[in-house]
Amino acid sequence: MARNSLRRASAALVSTTCLAVLATACTGTDSGSADDGSAAGKDVTVTFWHGWSQENEVKAINDNIAAFEKKHPNIHVKVVGNIADDKSEQALRAGGSDAPDVVSSFTTDNVGKFCSSNVWTDLAPMLKKDGIDPAATFPAAMLKYSQFKGNQCALPLLGDAYGLYYNKTAFAAAGITAPPKTFSEFEAAAVKLTLADGDSFKQLGFMPNYHGYETSIAHYLGQFGSTYFGADGKSNVATDPTVTAALTWQKALVEKLGGFEKLEKFRTGFGDEFSAKNPFTAGQVAMALDGEWRTASLAEDKPDFEWATAPFPVPDDQAASYGRGYQTGTIIGIAKGSRKQTAAWELVKFLTTDTDAVVSFANAIHNVPSTLAALDSPKLDTDAAFRTFVDIAKNPNSSTTPASVNGGAYQVSLQNLSYEVEAGRQSDLKAGLAATAKEIDDAIDQAK
Amino acid sequence: MAVLSSSLPPVLRRKRRRERARTLAFLSPWLVGFGVFFAYPLVSTVYFSFMRYDGFAPPTFTGLKNWDYVLTKYPFFWQGLGNTLWLVAVMVTLRVAFGLGIGLLITKVRTGAGFFRTAFYLPYLAPPVAATMAFAFLLNPGTGPVNHLLGELGLPQPGWFTDPAWSKPALTLLAMWGVGDLMVIFMAALLDVPREQYEAAELDGAGSWQKFRYVTFPNITPIVLFAVVTGVIQTMQYYTQAIVAGKVASGVIGGSGQQFEPGYPHGSTWTLPQMVYSLGFQRFDTGSACVVAVILFALSMAFTSLLLRRRAGFLNEE
Repeated sequence: MARNSLRRASAALVSTTCLAVLATACTGTDSGSADDGSAAGKDVTVTFWHGWSQENEVKAINDNIAAFEKKHPNIHVKVVGNIADDKSEQALRAGGSDAPDVVSSFTTDNVGKFCSSNVWTDLAPMLKKDGIDPAATFPAAMLKYSQFKGNQCALPLLGDAYGLYYNKTAFAAAGITAPPKTFSEFEAAAVKLTLADGDSFKQLGFMPNYHGYETSIAHYLGQFGSTYFGADGKSNVATDPTVTAALTWQKALVEKLGGFEKLEKFRTGFGDEFSAKNPFTAGQVAMALDGEWRTASLAEDKPDFEWATAPFPVPDDQAASYGRGYQTGTIIGIAKGSRKQTAAWELVKFLTTDTDAVVSFANAIHNVPSTLAALDSPKLDTDAAFRTFVDIAKNPNSSTTPASVNGGAYQVSLQNLSYEVEAGRQSDLKAGLAATAKEIDDAIDQAK
Repeated sequence: MAVLSSSLPPVLRRKRRRERARTLAFLSPWLVGFGVFFAYPLVSTVYFSFMRYDGFAPPTFTGLKNWDYVLTKYPFFWQGLGNTLWLVAVMVTLRVAFGLGIGLLITKVRTGAGFFRTAFYLPYLAPPVAATMAFAFLLNPGTGPVNHLLGELGLPQPGWFTDPAWSKPALTLLAMWGVGDLMVIFMAALLDVPREQYEAAELDGAGSWQKFRYVTFPNITPIVLFAVVTGVIQTMQYYTQAIVAGKVASGVIGGSGQQFEPGYPHGSTWTLPQMVYSLGFQRFDTGSACVVAVILFALSMAFTSLLLRRRAGFLNEE
């Protein structure tokens, strides 16, 4: 009996070990080969996965690919659109001949994961070889979100900048003549533009709640220039005074505009963010913090009021930084496992650094160009509302959320605290920030 | 057995070996399925719970670090466990009670039973995502018709999916709406109860409640236990409705600087399966995701064993 048990236990142990070995054998990514012969004129086909799906976007990227193929007749590009990050991640894990060589992503927060796990190739040697100085080519904030700890595993491919949209008709009715530049001017305008309707609003000056679409804590912090991490890589949310200032300012604004509960009830009546029922388009709010893409939606939806854009205001004690904004965008990289690195780099280089390619793509899909040359290009869309965002992207004080080894987990931690503070569930801000900093550090330590 | 077997004549031994081989051959499809879809994932999950693995680089052994992180540092685990257990306790109880109640009523309806059966069964066929989105629309505190009606009647208008105190009850309401599967099972069981037992009970002067307590319930006990056991297992895996409701009600699309917050509002709809996804696929922390999966598996096993033991007790009593 004992011998049988022993035999069974041994068999179980052996099968467990086998399964474990099998499990480990399925992991890991292949390192690619640099020389694919494309430089010597050999025909090479690279596979490019991107996330764009709308007709005009797909046409715009295809036009750029056609221009690239014309320039590089021996490099052919197989384009696959409408790909989300989780799908490309799975493909990069699995590898194989159908896996993409070039990948783009809308989520800059994932750069840290892609770079630290070496799933995307470090592009620094290729940039160096071709004499491209990233700092002189790309805006600082965009360069920041496309690298992690010195690993330039991605490059920016068009960007997003956040600014203020305001209802000019409502401004005129309220006797406001110019867009606010500081938070005190902004608060006064928001209160003046708020029109009550019983226990709700006929028109709200501004929706400050963190779930009010683009009014996330990270977007607010862009106006304060917060840095998130100290030089030692540890979270500085508890020690950076701008974080405390941002949370305190938002809470005060919530109270001034009617309180959390009343605003939340109004917020839940908003239509879909990316539709003509967006609260700014529908006239429910007179001011909104939003990205440059909204200029295209508003031009199409034609609301029954005049509107304009301006940089989002800044804290009174940072008035000199007016013109800044939060920035993010699309990133593009090369799969580490790709065996067509030379051809893939030519494609990435063209899409990210060729001024005409960047400008035409930006004009076509109403995104901010991602090179300094393209931002200054005379061929760029001249629409005044859109130009506001081009200027925000050029502003050296504009900022972004930095790459982290575990993606945007640190933002989720800070977001959760912001919801607690806003709802009045966390009144000890100092203690809340200290706990959040510890939570962020623990999560990063776990991810290493 | 081994001693007996070795003392058998060679002819019989060969025959027995052939029988064993045949049995194994018949069992092999199941064995392969069991190995590939159950044993291998299970062993791998336990294995990876001790490894640092981001899905790309080869895994490295980290001992109990993942377990320590999930149980003592990951801020959502205990809240998610609490939510999951709440849903198991309340949702399963109410679903079984409601399914049984509807089944009892419909078996008593003389005319139009087919209509009611269909009406109560149809919601079960609605895809979970569509059903949840419809509920989020109906229960929207600002624009939903339900709160509008409650307001007209002078009743309080809850925040449903936006108020942490109401989010789980709202999900429970959604689960009860889709109770058609249980209703059908209970109806089949109720129609199988021998009529003579009711007649005998009536002769003994039993009222409606006594007939249910002493005739109906003992007859359908195995089905009730089946419903509870499968309900517990399903609810331990509760994912889609919670994540969709949270996403729709929060209005957060996601993207840089605007992370989707699972568990909206205020962590009240976090469940353990969502954590497996969030840790494994959003944070690339396969190790910690496996820890949560192992805990989930152990809890499911514990609940199921406990309930099946109770079931054996019930059957013995009969």
